[in-house]
Amino acid sequence: MQTIAEYLPHHPFFACLDESVATLVAGCAVNMHFRPGQHLFHEGDPADTFYVVRRGRVTLEVHAPAGPSVVVDTAHEDDVVGWSWLVPPFRCRYDARATEETSTIAFDGACLRAKGQADPAVGYALLQRVVTVMESRLHSTRTRLLDLYGSTT
Amino acid sequence: MMSTTGPRPSATEDPFLPRSFVVRHHRQDTRDTYTLVLEPADGTPMAFAAGQFTMMHAFGAGEAPISISGDPARTDLLEHTIRDVGAVTHALVHASPGTELGIRGPYGNGWDVASGRGGDVVFVAGGIGLAPLRPAILEVCASRADYGRVLLLYGARTPEDILFGDDLRRWAADHGVAVQVTVDNGQHAWRGRVGLVTQLVARGGFDASNTLALVCGPEVMMRYAASALAERGVPRRRLRLSMERNMKCGVGLCGHCQLREVFLCVDGPVLTYEVLEPLMARAEL
Repeated sequence: MQTIAEYLPHHPFFACLDESVATLVAGCAVNMHFRPGQHLFHEGDPADTFYVVRRGRVTLEVHAPAGPSVVVDTAHEDDVVGWSWLVPPFRCRYDARATEETSTIAFDGACLRAKGQADPAVGYALLQRVVTVMESRLHSTRTRLLDLYGSTT
Repeated sequence: MMSTTGPRPSATEDPFLPRSFVVRHHRQDTRDTYTLVLEPADGTPMAFAAGQFTMMHAFGAGEAPISISGDPARTDLLEHTIRDVGAVTHALVHASPGTELGIRGPYGNGWDVASGRGGDVVFVAGGIGLAPLRPAILEVCASRADYGRVLLLYGARTPEDILFGDDLRRWAADHGVAVQVTVDNGQHAWRGRVGLVTQLVARGGFDASNTLALVCGPEVMMRYAASALAERGVPRRRLRLSMERNMKCGVGLCGHCQLREVFLCVDGPVLTYEVLEPLMARAEL
């Protein structure tokens, strides 16, 4: 059985993180399990947690008028969910829902922010990783906006 | 550039005279995409290499370049998967069994799948780009023991637009192909991934330095996929893309499909990323 501190360096999001930083970050984390249909968070909730998915599937959803929610993205093993904990006003923008048995490591956003402010090297290391995820998601979103498979040219 | 590995029509034949083929089976795959299975009217088989295309002629409507989507081992049948996007393709997809169609070709080079033997193979497909890759996947599955890990990363617009669903399941179950499908827009009933197909490249388990990667889809998607594969370490000469331009003659005479010095109908449509990277980086080419 691995502790969170032992597991984190093997997760792509935390790869190459200094051992001391990994230990510090692990101090803000707990294991959390979700049953199918359970929400990790709802749109408008305080963004006080972000999640590393160890296994399972999480959908990011937006409410659509007069219809079911629209799934705009999914997160799977090795993905992370939620970056609003790092950006004021610290509110969730989407619903996040487990659609199968999902195991995560949940990080206390306020705890991470406090550690990042106390030690800028920790804050910078976290920020770099979150920005990488944001860049990947932005690229995905922009490219999908082109509706490449729907267009006829 | 790729070598020209595909069979060609005999040099004595008039390159502009289509052969007669008869539609034997007609299947609607998705909302706007159909597969036709044809047989040569004179019974003479047509050999082709995975990745080649033909010029399909709907009499009275016109001609369009269509990739072959069938099994290269079945020279008695010609299979084409066609998206209904214009007057000619509209006539083609509505050709019912018994209809006679004209075929010129096969044209262009192929994927040269056999050059991947002994290593891993990664197929990256977007939308109807799975159709030109299907013959290559069938070829790999037919000699599965000659290849290492085989991955198919496939992106579609919606779950309803996913092509060859039965094939995807069979390739995974019977041939050990790691099939990963992602869609741009998913609804609640969809249990798979929602996102961009290129994101799958970063996490795919394959030995990049000993991988043959074959990519087909919209050009923007191919550019990003090729870039991601190259970043992973796939050698550019072993990273191949099937390019689409306005093929007209199919035999390198008219220049409609010219991509700078390359005539895609004869030098392509499959080219290495080594050749394409500088060309794809330039606008208006």
